[in-house]
Amino acid sequence: MPAQNAREIFRNGLLGDNPVYRQVLGICSALAVTNLLANTLLMGFGVIFTTTLSNWTVSLLRNYTPRRVRMIAQVLIIASYVMMVDIMIRAWAPDIHRFIGPYVGLIITNCIIMGRAEAFAGKNPPWPSLLDGLACGLGYTLVLIAIAVVREPLGFGTLLGYTLPARDLWWHSWTIMVMPPGAFFMLAIVTWFARSQLDQKQEKTT
Amino acid sequence: MNPDLQGSPFASLLLIFLSAALTDNILLARFLGLCPCLGVSKKVDASVGLGMAVTFVTTFTAAINYLVYEYLLIPLDIAYLRLIVFIVIIAAFVQLVEMAIERLSEKLYQSLGIFLPLITVNCAILGTSLFMITRPFNLLQAFAFGFGAGFGWLIAITLIGGIREKINEDAVPAGLRGPGITLIVIGIMSLAFVVFSGMIQF
Repeated sequence: MPAQNAREIFRNGLLGDNPVYRQVLGICSALAVTNLLANTLLMGFGVIFTTTLSNWTVSLLRNYTPRRVRMIAQVLIIASYVMMVDIMIRAWAPDIHRFIGPYVGLIITNCIIMGRAEAFAGKNPPWPSLLDGLACGLGYTLVLIAIAVVREPLGFGTLLGYTLPARDLWWHSWTIMVMPPGAFFMLAIVTWFARSQLDQKQEKTT
Repeated sequence: MNPDLQGSPFASLLLIFLSAALTDNILLARFLGLCPCLGVSKKVDASVGLGMAVTFVTTFTAAINYLVYEYLLIPLDIAYLRLIVFIVIIAAFVQLVEMAIERLSEKLYQSLGIFLPLITVNCAILGTSLFMITRPFNLLQAFAFGFGAGFGWLIAITLIGGIREKINEDAVPAGLRGPGITLIVIGIMSLAFVVFSGMIQF
């Protein structure tokens, strides 16, 4: 279906088919890195880089990959890109890497990337696949940022490392927001909100 | 931080096992293996089956990956290749186990076999190996860590499966049904597990 235009691919990836709240994929790393906005941005960069380029590569090779070995081929392609991301993040931000390092490695098993490679890139030409990867990566990053901008201020009273104005006068940090339970609750709320919004829209159109 | 400081070797193994299974639960405190957990945990039977398969695979892949990392990747100075090496080892191990189970026991294959292909892309497995190499373990401790992590995942997914069976018939708001309410359940369980995190220091 090469007729699908770029705008449609983008809209689907960002909103309609958003990997996190719509398909509930790839949430493992989504939860772990959202306690600080800086972590989230780096992780989002890693995911966008990997989905975009691995989608493109898988699509380029789609006619030369025998069906039986396509899964392992996809995993190897993805793993090579994740390795690059891992090395880049370690070089740029060694402090953050110490904390999110294992989760960067886990981009390999992030179901979004495998899912897009399997569902889109295996059947479509390279450039639409590249766009699709980019859109899905951006959709994922947007949801992550939405969660992080709630968790970091509530949990630490900071945003991107900057202290909120006059924090000590009026603010008492909710430690639970930076601990794992806060992440689960936030994601549940985001899913709830997004799903009820989308369902209302669908009801109006039908 | 160093587990060697914890007295006798057996005590350190037990501590590593308990902390990996309970306070540092890989699902509830480290967020790993959530995708298959949300998909499979609708029924207790399926949860237990997948949990056992995961426990088995994490235990052995943690030990194998430890050996490969310490004695092959580090001496050759190619530790940056660890991601590819680990995922290939895990995929190959899962394939081998599947073939072995198919030959050895029809019954076990029926109950465990269908879950095995799901496991290669379960981040709990790769995650266990990646967290393992950030700590100063020896082989036995790596083995205990892998077993604890898998066992913790088994406990968590079984409990979640049980709660979801109960919730199934309750009146949950439409947008929260499915993954939403499950995430809230997991969040509450996570509270219960995480509060103990100060009790075992290692």
